[in-house]
Amino acid sequence: MKLKSSVIPTSDAFKANREAHLGLIATAREAAEAVLAGGGEKAMERHTSRGKMPPRERVANLLDPGSPFLEIGATAAHGMYDGDAPGAGVIAGIGKVHGQDVMVVANDATVKGGTYYPMTVKKHLRAQEIAEECHLPCVYLVDSGGANLPNQDEVFPDRDHFGRIFYNQAQMSAKGIPQIAVVMGSCTAGGAYVPAMSDVTIIVRGQGTIFLAGPPLVKAATGEVVSAEDLGGGDVHTRLSGVADYLAEDDAHALAQARRAISNLNRHLPQTVVWENPEAPAYDPEEILGVVPGDLRTPYDIREVIARVVDGSRFDEFKARYGETLVTGFAHIEGCPVGIIANNGVLFSEAAQKGAHFVELCSQRGIPLIFLQNITGFMVGRKYENEGIARHGAKMVTAVATTNVPKITMLVGGSFGAGNYGMSGRAYSPRFLWTWPNSRISVMGGEQAAGVLATVRRDGIERKGGTWSAEEEAEFKRPTIEMFDRQSHPLYASARLWDDGIVDPRKTRDVLSLSLRASLNAPIEPTRFGVFRM
Amino acid sequence: MFQKILIANRGEIACRVIDTCRKLGVATVAVYSDADRAARHVAMADEAVHLGGPAPKDSYLRGDAIIQAAKDTGAQAIHPGYGFLSENPDFVDAVEAAGLVFIGPSAKAIRAMGLKDAAKALMEKAGVPVVPGYHGDNQDAGFLAEQAEQIGYPVLIKAVAGGGGKGMRRVDAPRDFADALSSAQGEAQTAFGNPDVLIEKYILQPRHIEVQVFGDGVRAVHLFERDCSLQRRHQKVIEEAPAPDMPEQVRKVMGAAATRAAEAINYKGAGTIEFIVDGSDGLREDGFWFMEMNTRLQVEHPVTELITGVDLVEWQLRVASGEQLPVRQQELSIHGHAFEARLYAEDVPAGFLPATGTLAHLEFPDHARIETGVRPGDTISPWYDPMIAKVVTWGPTRAIALRALETALVDTEVAGSVTNVDFLIALTRHDGFRKGDVDTGLIGRDLDALIDAAEPDPRAQALGVVGLAGLADPSVQGGMTLWQPLRRTIAWEGGEALLEVEGPGAARVTIDGTAHEVRWQGERWWVDDTLRRNRIVSHAAGVSVFGGRTVSMKPVDALDRAGDEAGGGLTLSPMPGLVKAVFVEAGQQVSAGDRLAVLEAMKMEHTLTAARDGIVAEVLAAAGDQVEAGAALIRLEEEEAAA
Repeated sequence: MKLKSSVIPTSDAFKANREAHLGLIATAREAAEAVLAGGGEKAMERHTSRGKMPPRERVANLLDPGSPFLEIGATAAHGMYDGDAPGAGVIAGIGKVHGQDVMVVANDATVKGGTYYPMTVKKHLRAQEIAEECHLPCVYLVDSGGANLPNQDEVFPDRDHFGRIFYNQAQMSAKGIPQIAVVMGSCTAGGAYVPAMSDVTIIVRGQGTIFLAGPPLVKAATGEVVSAEDLGGGDVHTRLSGVADYLAEDDAHALAQARRAISNLNRHLPQTVVWENPEAPAYDPEEILGVVPGDLRTPYDIREVIARVVDGSRFDEFKARYGETLVTGFAHIEGCPVGIIANNGVLFSEAAQKGAHFVELCSQRGIPLIFLQNITGFMVGRKYENEGIARHGAKMVTAVATTNVPKITMLVGGSFGAGNYGMSGRAYSPRFLWTWPNSRISVMGGEQAAGVLATVRRDGIERKGGTWSAEEEAEFKRPTIEMFDRQSHPLYASARLWDDGIVDPRKTRDVLSLSLRASLNAPIEPTRFGVFRM
Repeated sequence: MFQKILIANRGEIACRVIDTCRKLGVATVAVYSDADRAARHVAMADEAVHLGGPAPKDSYLRGDAIIQAAKDTGAQAIHPGYGFLSENPDFVDAVEAAGLVFIGPSAKAIRAMGLKDAAKALMEKAGVPVVPGYHGDNQDAGFLAEQAEQIGYPVLIKAVAGGGGKGMRRVDAPRDFADALSSAQGEAQTAFGNPDVLIEKYILQPRHIEVQVFGDGVRAVHLFERDCSLQRRHQKVIEEAPAPDMPEQVRKVMGAAATRAAEAINYKGAGTIEFIVDGSDGLREDGFWFMEMNTRLQVEHPVTELITGVDLVEWQLRVASGEQLPVRQQELSIHGHAFEARLYAEDVPAGFLPATGTLAHLEFPDHARIETGVRPGDTISPWYDPMIAKVVTWGPTRAIALRALETALVDTEVAGSVTNVDFLIALTRHDGFRKGDVDTGLIGRDLDALIDAAEPDPRAQALGVVGLAGLADPSVQGGMTLWQPLRRTIAWEGGEALLEVEGPGAARVTIDGTAHEVRWQGERWWVDDTLRRNRIVSHAAGVSVFGGRTVSMKPVDALDRAGDEAGGGLTLSPMPGLVKAVFVEAGQQVSAGDRLAVLEAMKMEHTLTAARDGIVAEVLAAAGDQVEAGAALIRLEEEEAAA
């Protein structure tokens, strides 16, 4: 049962792998650290000179000391908007307040006044989606000028745009998922609905303002001259309007009040899984960097990773002798039972059927699923199409799509084509989707895509009797290959919130464990699968 | 031997007596006041009887109630402990009249020694040297001033009925005499109900050396000397036995004098002859003078027990039950060296003000003898002596015993009240004291260095921050984040720090711009790669870091944002007590340092002075008021308004 590693940590390959990963991690770390400065030194200084806490410290002071913080979209908007919106101008993540998991969404007013870029909206909505699925109380630390006007067409009108924030608040509140707002700065126009739609609202005196139209707009509309504080400051809203419930003296006081509000929620965890005593893996998670090749194309045994993630490195492998390119089995992560589905090569019909079978098992038993995704796709060719690999693949996709147990996906390598679907890609709504710095995601490999396009092109040229030299073909393929390279990079993916963030592979176990614990704030509903094409 | 005795006392001495009774199979009856219902001595006793209100006059000084309690419970004898009724001859008479045994000397012996002037006359007669002075009945201020002139300044004014430094004043020059006299008389009246004083020569490099004696009413032996020179304002702080640098011959002579003194009054039980010794030129046979006799068991008796192997309480019980002295003088010898430090709840930097509080945490080292009357969670109330414990150590040599005392004090863990432990530790590290170079002026001379209010060790503070964050149990939360640790503020009363949790048992704490790396490794705390002997303890009053200079940090309630203290112009009562006098009235101009009021607390008078120049806006307390600690007494006008 205990996995046995066959990796030699002193080997050159191990060291080379490690070096490669450290380089990739450093790149990701650099991107994450760049976000820390928010909108830059000057903006931060202006922010703190008003007595405001830096946004990240607000989050920290809200959470219990020593609380984990499972940040969502840490490098969102990386490389977008000319670099104007580090972290998309909002901090989101899961931490503990009085031991209770909460989702925190904190505007970073040092980034363009905390205004909502398209990615800001997407990140805010993603945080709310996680909160809704996991039944996590939400705390909004509001300090935002509202929609980013130059981007209004991508922020305001559509379904998953700004208005969805308040829709989500109403929906969650209706489900008994507490919504708490702390107004620590502006809350203008549409933004005014964040506190107004919350169950409990706290506002900081002399700092927080809530109004549908700010003083300049009021003056333009009616000629009335009024100060921001008199229009919608803390005193007004806690004494006259009732838009806010508690008046705080400063950020620290407001955060303490928010903590108190959470301590009064009277929530308890639903009974879900049977926990065991946590146990560290027998193999050091640090070694993941050495056991996973730096080059995606080099095959390796995914069990080497599993051995460095699960409790005691113990793995009850299911159907080990059948459909061997998909590894399935039961294990525990920090005491939580999980079913693991991991790729060990291209998916064949047998593997897909085994995957569907295993998902059914876990669904029946209420065991959360972990997907370790490293997939180039389903096997192609006449033999496979003729035996109905699409039918078998569909079974797996159906099972993955319709199961109600929490799914958590870790992208540990390639994520290409339909393999992405069967392995619970973003479209399959895993509760969380994390990615390693060495991963790549695209509909197919850049080479293959360029090859497809080149074949079509060559056919066209040759049909017309022309010729196409190898040089010409290479020149034709280059931009496609480059585009795929760029767009499949995890920083590119994470910037667009195709995933919830890049994870240092050594923290895989920690991140999976926190994801599981967050997920298990919600009860596991019974599953009703769709029709399996038999 | 008695079957059951009653202990007419409280605190550590009551517990101490019960310990020996247990050993001897004697049942015990405790008595208690309202304030001591749940006290340790009550919990330890076989039976306990309620006496009355918390004030001593309503409880531990109520001889009639105590005797009745003894009769009601069938106790055959009463052990008085020290203080309270222990040296009250009327009480002894009453005990004996009730057919009970008083475990201590006869009323006659107490009377003989109780009035200091009479005692000295008696001693002179017995051939024991006494200090020049006036011990007469004439209490006329002018006459006493003349006597002082004759004796020669500096002189000491002492309450005739006194003890423990109360009603005692040193006067260096004639012009100060009148003031000192009236204040000493006032204090004597309050403390003992007798304002009479005596005047004595003040010896310049005095050492306080006392000899433990024990008599059976016929014969007496001495159990060698104790040196109690480490005193602050006549209050003993650290005692030791034997006296450092005591020549064997001088010891013999002093011991013989003490035995003679005891036998002269047919002394029965444990007693102490206190000598003032001139330490300016080594200890000499002709350089000691009788000061007074304490006709009771002393607070510091454990050091004698540790060097002689005698249980003095056991002897008290045996002699009181009719046995003769268990040993002869030649059977007694000194073995090694012992120290006792008195651990008090007191605010040393604030001028050794008695403190009160609930002992949120209390733990003593195993490697010392601890005499205590309190347990964790007990309260040091304003009603009694704020002693927390006596820490007593023994070693084969003075140096080893002193080192043991230092270690024991460092390992003494008290939270919930300020204590004098840092002061005691500083004393154990004092060069002069280490060398045995002691005199009663040592503490006064080096006070500033001894109470050096050095900034708390930032590394210990860093550990305190970890404690305040609730992370002293390193297995709890490791602050997992995807990339950089979160940085948060941890605030306590008087400071704040930034905390970044870097993993289980790993944190970076930044205090005043300096980062400290805290690690839990091998079941020990490390800070900045330095192994610490600190222990982080969380308790009801916050967090304390023990092991070294204790750092106690009280968390700030972030929700508590009530208006700031009026501050500045307010004179607050530093402790619970009785307002004895108020010297100012509203509208009066005062200068910084002017006397505003006198507060009597813990049997001591505390003068409250103006913190700054100003005009009295309001007098909020009157003479005779009982006030709580922190009560506003005098308010000065706002500085702007006054200007």
